[in-house]
Amino acid sequence: MGKTLSEKVWDEHVVRSVDGEPDLLYIDLHLIHEVTSPQAFDGLRLSGRTVRRPDLTLATEDHNVPTLNWDQPIADPVSKTQVDTLRKNAAEFGVRLHPLGDVEQGIVHVVGPQLGLTQPGMTIVCGDSHTSTHGAFGSIAFGIGTSEVEHVLATQTLPQAKPKTMAVTVNGSLPEGVTSKDLILYLIAQTGTGGGQGYIVEYRGQAIEELSMEARMTVCNMSIEWGAKAGLIAPDQTTFDYIEGKPEAPKGADWDAAVAHWKTLVTDADATFDKEIVIDAADVTPFVTWGTNPGQGVPLGASVPSPEDFTDPSDKVATEKALEYMGLTAGTPMREVKVDTVFVGSCTNGRIEDLRLAADIIKGHKVAEGTRLLVVPGSVRVRNQAIEEGLDKVFIEAGAEWRGAGCSMCLGMNPDTLNPQERSASTSNRNFEGRQGKGGRTHLVSIPVAAATAVRGTLSSPADLAPANA
Amino acid sequence: MEKFTSHTGVGVPLKRSNVDTDQIIPAVYLKRVTRSGFEDGLFSAWRNDPSFVLNQDAYKAGTVLVAGPDFGTGSSREHAVWALQNYGFKVVLSARFADIFRGNSGKAGLLAAQVEESVIEQIWAYLEANPGAEVSVDLEAREVSVGDNGSVLRAPIQVDDYTRWRLLNGLDDISLTLQNEADITAFEAGRPAFKPVTQHA
Ligand code: SF4
Repeated sequence: MGKTLSEKVWDEHVVRSVDGEPDLLYIDLHLIHEVTSPQAFDGLRLSGRTVRRPDLTLATEDHNVPTLNWDQPIADPVSKTQVDTLRKNAAEFGVRLHPLGDVEQGIVHVVGPQLGLTQPGMTIVCGDSHTSTHGAFGSIAFGIGTSEVEHVLATQTLPQAKPKTMAVTVNGSLPEGVTSKDLILYLIAQTGTGGGQGYIVEYRGQAIEELSMEARMTVCNMSIEWGAKAGLIAPDQTTFDYIEGKPEAPKGADWDAAVAHWKTLVTDADATFDKEIVIDAADVTPFVTWGTNPGQGVPLGASVPSPEDFTDPSDKVATEKALEYMGLTAGTPMREVKVDTVFVGSCTNGRIEDLRLAADIIKGHKVAEGTRLLVVPGSVRVRNQAIEEGLDKVFIEAGAEWRGAGCSMCLGMNPDTLNPQERSASTSNRNFEGRQGKGGRTHLVSIPVAAATAVRGTLSSPADLAPANA
Repeated sequence: MEKFTSHTGVGVPLKRSNVDTDQIIPAVYLKRVTRSGFEDGLFSAWRNDPSFVLNQDAYKAGTVLVAGPDFGTGSSREHAVWALQNYGFKVVLSARFADIFRGNSGKAGLLAAQVEESVIEQIWAYLEANPGAEVSVDLEAREVSVGDNGSVLRAPIQVDDYTRWRLLNGLDDISLTLQNEADITAFEAGRPAFKPVTQHA
């Protein structure tokens, strides 16, 4: 019988397999950042161990770095200690680090792909749940905890039970103006935040094949939000073209050997999945969340739901609680929800293509009175590219704040936070209570919805905008 | 991690049930970047209370915590285990442990041993009558004893076979994996040359 893509990649990395025990998996790339690594390094130190493969390890500063005045000492003492500790550890253990001020500094899941380190058929881990992003290249990529970070540092392996496999097939093409962010929000709303629990999910079908690498990363990034262990997409010409020429991409004969191997990384025709879901791309419309988990979403054209819309008693209670936290009244059209802050950025939507799309929509418009637009590139490289293309000017002219690279308001560990009861439209991936600041209210949206919302001040799509005065 | 075969040390009666990980080490201490030094936050809410057991001289050097039932419930933070170890505890005895706490303990080398509730009560009574008295735990024999050669009390402890084996041999997760280091090295020799590296010679 044939194998699925994820089974092929898994099997290629099994160092040791014993009945009744988890497989010992080899890790091709270990990404590190300042928040989840300090105790792992300290653990190594306490037990007199070293990093087995510094050459398969890469560190960046992203989670709590400031996006303003990044050339000055970090004001928050906890953040400063974490960043300083990462620098010290990287130096002591010989790990390559891209610190603040470096052209490769940025969100760890933006940096790996842009360096060409993320390639098909790899195993990639990081002490961060959105490591699933890298699955867009046909890799098995997942988040790990701090003691696992230490384990990978010391051994370059991880004991792992083999997850079940699932296929999500998206037939047809996404309608004009609908993005892969809408697709994944739609999917999570359909399946619930636990729908992917225990699975490695392969996204496939025409709509997926038609996506750019950036758009594929957005889908895989949010796999974790419906509970999946990881998400991945078979590599194809789009993937190869994206990687070719990147700084760490294979060169010459290595490139040919790599591509030849990558082409074998597809699910065999006679392989079976433990579960399959089929979606019609034509059903997907611009999608936004109204609640406090990524599964609480509706089409932008719909209204805030009522607890009465749900039959399951626990859904009723969850809806009531979410509406109260979000300060929303059932029946209010989503388009009438007024937004204070629009956040464009994060490892979900902070890549160059995202900034291009946002700038394209905003060009010639002004950010609405009483609304703030924060644009935070995913990495310095993305930022520089955007400046080269003049996108920064478009944002600044529209009245947006154009910031330095990092996670920023995605999780509010740096000064970029919402005030209590402040409402955001955010291109990030989590709308949990307090995620973007204590008491802050988050609506997850796509890039086009974020850009149009910034202009109108209420949740909107580009179709709602009056023509720009060019 | 260190091998654990047996231990004898000052017993500390913690006469409370449902001590959760927030009480063991509050969240404000989690911002640290080390795995050591957490002893200052151990049971911090109670440390200002002069009558709290660890504030009494006789128990200060305690290494065997004799706790009420349902010890270690709540958040999964490994810091709870570190805080106990950093303070100097080698063993926690309780009639019931939260699963995650018990798992975290075994991985870090702290013995979380389950004993009958009636035994806990007997030990409490003895320790209160004899502040600073020692408690002995023999992991090999799966036994706790109090008094000269167990003259006061001798009772079985429950520790699952796998955790016991790990503790007796001093094997943390990493050392377990490194027992197969030859397999890892062999695997590395077969990795394709085109796989990316982050450092170039
Ligand atoms: S951008 Fe947000 S989700 Fe992504 S790594 Fe940073 S904090 Fe995590």
